[in-house]
Amino acid sequence: MKSAVVVFPGLNRDRDMVTALEKIGGTPPVVVWHKDAELPDVDLIVIPGGFSYGDYLRAGAIAARSPMMDTIRERAEKGVHVLGVCNGFQILTEAGLLPGVLMRNASLKFVCKEVKLSVANANTPFSKEYASGQVFRCPIAHHDGNYFADAETLKSIEDNGQVVFRYAEDTNPNGSINDIAGITNAKGNVLGMMPHPENLIEPAHGGEDGRGIFAGLLGPVNTYG
Amino acid sequence: MKARVIVTLKNGVLDPQGQAIEGSLVGQGFEGVQSVRQGKVFDLELEAADALAAETEIRRMCEKLLANTVIENFDIEIIG
Repeated sequence: MKSAVVVFPGLNRDRDMVTALEKIGGTPPVVVWHKDAELPDVDLIVIPGGFSYGDYLRAGAIAARSPMMDTIRERAEKGVHVLGVCNGFQILTEAGLLPGVLMRNASLKFVCKEVKLSVANANTPFSKEYASGQVFRCPIAHHDGNYFADAETLKSIEDNGQVVFRYAEDTNPNGSINDIAGITNAKGNVLGMMPHPENLIEPAHGGEDGRGIFAGLLGPVNTYG
Repeated sequence: MKARVIVTLKNGVLDPQGQAIEGSLVGQGFEGVQSVRQGKVFDLELEAADALAAETEIRRMCEKLLANTVIENFDIEIIG
């Protein structure tokens, strides 16, 4: 399983993501700068978190209109797995690869803490290491994580099982509709989530709850090196 | 050609920033305030053959970038 981490100017969680992919997958991902001419042939493309283009206009809006996103869209249509975390999720919704939008947190505050997630659909490549209904810990750090979609879109993603993770046990930190923390596209090969599983993958992080997302995609290799 | 684009949140979309501004106005004694919705204004200068061509071009800009039509409406005003 080959993976790539795509970096836009202003992203800052790329190194955490590279470390997680290497420690869990056994081989380091290719790191691709958004201006690079080519995106190598990989099985998994990851867009990490941060503040692309300073979140000017709307979070993720400018990165979403870059030529690199056209390439990622083409790969996604061919079935390549795409994972967007935090700003990566915002970029994927702005680019139209995922439905809905991430608005300013209802509290208007940047929230950096740990929440509980429950697995709403364990039958995806991103969540298959977890059990349906399982609750696990995950850190969050964002200002614009308030997921919103119109009633028709919401019904369709709920009916299709596209909601993969929900904030559990009254930990919804941002006002997201239906407690939505992570969703896939209709085909199920693109996942966006606001929480940061890459920051809870080894004992030094205080837990390993986030490993399952990467282990499911990359195949489990237990290295703590 | 000069134009102004006004982007506003669609009805029914939660606007916590607007609510906070409303709370502050009421708190400062503007007790008649019943609702505040905030939005964005873009002032553009562009080359275009005429007002219709400018509006067509700006409409595409709005749909592609300036507004997120999932949650936002836009109005275009050609200033001349």
